[in-house]
Amino acid sequence: MLDASLKELAAGLAHRKFSSVELTKAFLARIEALNGKLNAFITIDSDKSLAQARAADALIAKGAGQPLTGIPVAHKDIFVARDWLTTCGSKILSNFVSPYDAHLIERFNAAGAVLLGKTNMDEFAMGSSSESSFYGPVKNPWDAGCVPGGSSGGSAAAIAARMAPAATGTDTGGSIRQPAALSGVSGLKPTYGLVSRYGMIAFASSLDQAGPLAKSAEDLALLLNVMAGFDARDSTSIERKPEDYSRELAKPLAGLRVGVPKEHFGEGLAPDVGKAVETALAQLEKLGAKRVPIELPNSHLSVPAYYVIAPAEASSNLSRFDGARYGYRAKDYKDLADMYRRTRAEGFGAEVRRRILIGTYVLSHGYYDAYYLKAQKIRRLIANDFTGAFKRCDVVVGPTSPTVAFKIGAKTSDPVQMYLNDIYTIPANLAGLPAASVPCGFGAGGLPVGLHLVGNYFAEARLLNVAHQYQRETDWHARQPAGIQ
Amino acid sequence: MSWEIVIGLETHAQLSTASKMFSGSSTAFGAAPNTQASAVDIALPGVLPVANRGAVERAIRFGLAVGGTINRRSVFARKNYFYPDLPKGYQISQYELPIVQGGTISILTKAGEKSVSLTRAHLEEDAGKSLHEDFQGMSGIDLNRAGTPLLEIVSEPEMRSAEEAVAYAKTLHSLVRWIGICDGNMQEGSFRCDANVSVRRAGDTKLGTRAEIKNLNSFRFLEKAIEFEVKRQIEILENGGKIVQETRLYDAERDETRSMRTKEDAQDYRYFPDPDLLPLEVSEDWLERARKAMPELPQTKRDRYQRELGLSAYDANLLTESLDKASYFENTLEFLDATSAKTVANWVNGEISALLNERGVEFPQLLVPPKAFAELVARIRDGTISANTAKGVLHGMADGEGTADQIIEKRGLKQLSDSGAIEKIVDDVLAANARQVEDYRAGKDKAFNSLVGQVMKATKGKANPGQVNDILRRKLAR
Repeated sequence: MLDASLKELAAGLAHRKFSSVELTKAFLARIEALNGKLNAFITIDSDKSLAQARAADALIAKGAGQPLTGIPVAHKDIFVARDWLTTCGSKILSNFVSPYDAHLIERFNAAGAVLLGKTNMDEFAMGSSSESSFYGPVKNPWDAGCVPGGSSGGSAAAIAARMAPAATGTDTGGSIRQPAALSGVSGLKPTYGLVSRYGMIAFASSLDQAGPLAKSAEDLALLLNVMAGFDARDSTSIERKPEDYSRELAKPLAGLRVGVPKEHFGEGLAPDVGKAVETALAQLEKLGAKRVPIELPNSHLSVPAYYVIAPAEASSNLSRFDGARYGYRAKDYKDLADMYRRTRAEGFGAEVRRRILIGTYVLSHGYYDAYYLKAQKIRRLIANDFTGAFKRCDVVVGPTSPTVAFKIGAKTSDPVQMYLNDIYTIPANLAGLPAASVPCGFGAGGLPVGLHLVGNYFAEARLLNVAHQYQRETDWHARQPAGIQ
Repeated sequence: MSWEIVIGLETHAQLSTASKMFSGSSTAFGAAPNTQASAVDIALPGVLPVANRGAVERAIRFGLAVGGTINRRSVFARKNYFYPDLPKGYQISQYELPIVQGGTISILTKAGEKSVSLTRAHLEEDAGKSLHEDFQGMSGIDLNRAGTPLLEIVSEPEMRSAEEAVAYAKTLHSLVRWIGICDGNMQEGSFRCDANVSVRRAGDTKLGTRAEIKNLNSFRFLEKAIEFEVKRQIEILENGGKIVQETRLYDAERDETRSMRTKEDAQDYRYFPDPDLLPLEVSEDWLERARKAMPELPQTKRDRYQRELGLSAYDANLLTESLDKASYFENTLEFLDATSAKTVANWVNGEISALLNERGVEFPQLLVPPKAFAELVARIRDGTISANTAKGVLHGMADGEGTADQIIEKRGLKQLSDSGAIEKIVDDVLAANARQVEDYRAGKDKAFNSLVGQVMKATKGKANPGQVNDILRRKLAR
């Protein structure tokens, strides 16, 4: 059961091989056994989960089940869920029980899925290692001494360790794809606006996008079918006809034009990762794809532009955490200003404070044009790079991350080294494009390597098709970490 | 040495939408604290703003009314600062690209008509309210008002006296009500002004350093605050001092302005486009529909009343104080001919307005609909009753006693216009008042009035005063 695909689980439930309660209990037991070691979950509430499982079983008994009815799904602790503690990995929300559901939670509830628990993450999704969580670092199931990637590291680790069959994450600069790569699972960041941000705690509003993490592209498609959809409460949500993201899975890859950006294979790329990605490209060619060399000439500007735009938006988005209405409030303060100062100094971790400071600085009078406005112009250039590239290819392929998972603590004292983890993933966020990461082999230390696929706007079905066809020919995504069985 | 006063106004008009600028909560005034604050208004984690179409529409109407440019694409921006009644830690406003740019407001003062240019009008949300009085050592926060839609209307510094500033504010106040975008209730804060005041030596082209007086919520306070501030600034300058750029508060009880904060502690609001909201696009179609839905504007009516009906600028201005009043005037005139315009205008501006005031009601609640009122005017015009008698009839109508004719009949008010009957009474009065007749003939005009009074008394006021005059003069001339 723990290693089954979502399709298999749905069939098992439909044919009464097991109930949702049994399935949920099995995953809860797995979490119970492993969470002490991996710290993938912040909150587990088996009573709530099992109540949902019972309701799902009733639906299935009535024949009213949908594809995900009764299937447990772990949600990143960035999505508010009614009556659930929702912390966003921060001390400042350590006592925040949400009175409402995020749009994404509503959709999973409507689909009859079971909320399995809230997964650990970098505080306010700011990080690439899941080390900045107030609730302690998440460990990589492939090597507990290593990070699982971040910020959706809890979700990625939970999938890798088979603590959940499916999970959600958010991706602002690579926060779904990079942990998927480092933890050996599949992850998808949809086109900006495809999944509503309502109830998803904001980091950088113009970049944040929710997406699924799972064991395979086929599972990702089923999850996206539930997640995607217009929501009038999010002004950036896109209104378009619902589509079945599984519809193109079986399509052969013959004639597919695979764009390979030379900028993503240069300095900084670890040889083991490069080798695995090259092998994957050869595999795609064997499947009938045609390799097209492309250029993304403004790639090198993406990290600097991102580290202006994302902190700028974050500095404003996080202003609401002031201790006045909810969340943590400092105990001793002299006056209002002191209450704000102490609450935010005590409630936010070092990385969050760093980004608030950067963001406040770049938006300041006299610096706005030099930083924020310039970064927005770069953003346009990067989007144009892709527009040009997609005239020549259908999908852009490269490494998800320059290295395999690194040791816990190895980069915490050097933020720039940490930020460079997202060098290949950030451009898709800046451009708003859909992108996925799928396992494509193992590198140094037997740690997983991820293959990065970027598609044109709303080409999720096509991306999942490429990933699925690749996964039919390879078994990297089916491998399980040893030592945690 | 003479001084020139320079005033610009920033006016916050609360838009009359049922729900808030970016959330579905009610905007109704006076609810128990925090009962009209939704997840969005409280700024819970994860909530997002959605712009209120009705508020945008009202801003468009304003732009059309003042002849400004409606920007087809405007941008919501965040103004960042910390305060407990500002739940998000930023106010959503418009900064570089407001929805309305330019436009003019035409004002009438004793000196005549003047046009005041507008800089811009932009949409924004209001903050909540901090309550410091009722809580020992603490402050209460009421977020009912947080997120209420406002249109901030900014004028150029083109007013030269408190009188002009008040005329501008009144005209603007009447306009926003006229086009139905704001209820104009100043006690409830639906319409409030900030005044930027500076002075300079007559003839100078450079503006003096200004002080901004915040939150003036009555025309009287606006006038008094400006007058005080002008005096204060002139005194400082004449004593060789310098004006400090600052924000000041008007204290109505002491009738003075006081410093709130100077430019030095001005905050850096770190404005940037709100990434939660797409640029606000106004389509040609939307604009066209808004244009078609616009009522005839007060200025157009004023011009028309003068041109077509021969009314004075003063009368036309008074009639167009509100759309209700102008409509009442026009609807009444529908039942009469255009030569009655002056009479109707006098009555609407005079007796009818006084009646509304006295009873504390508005035109829609007046029990005298235009058609009924037109009948009353007709009775004055055809000489059935005198203007003086008509006032009593109007009150009777407002009390629901019946139509003008019914009341005239019931009270027996019909004017005596039978010249034979009047002549007879005049003869009697002349016979009985030989002394006054002599006085009159000796050149004492006063005696004539006394004789008229005698005739009116004898007819219990029902004689047609015009006729009485004519007959008396004719008979005395003999």
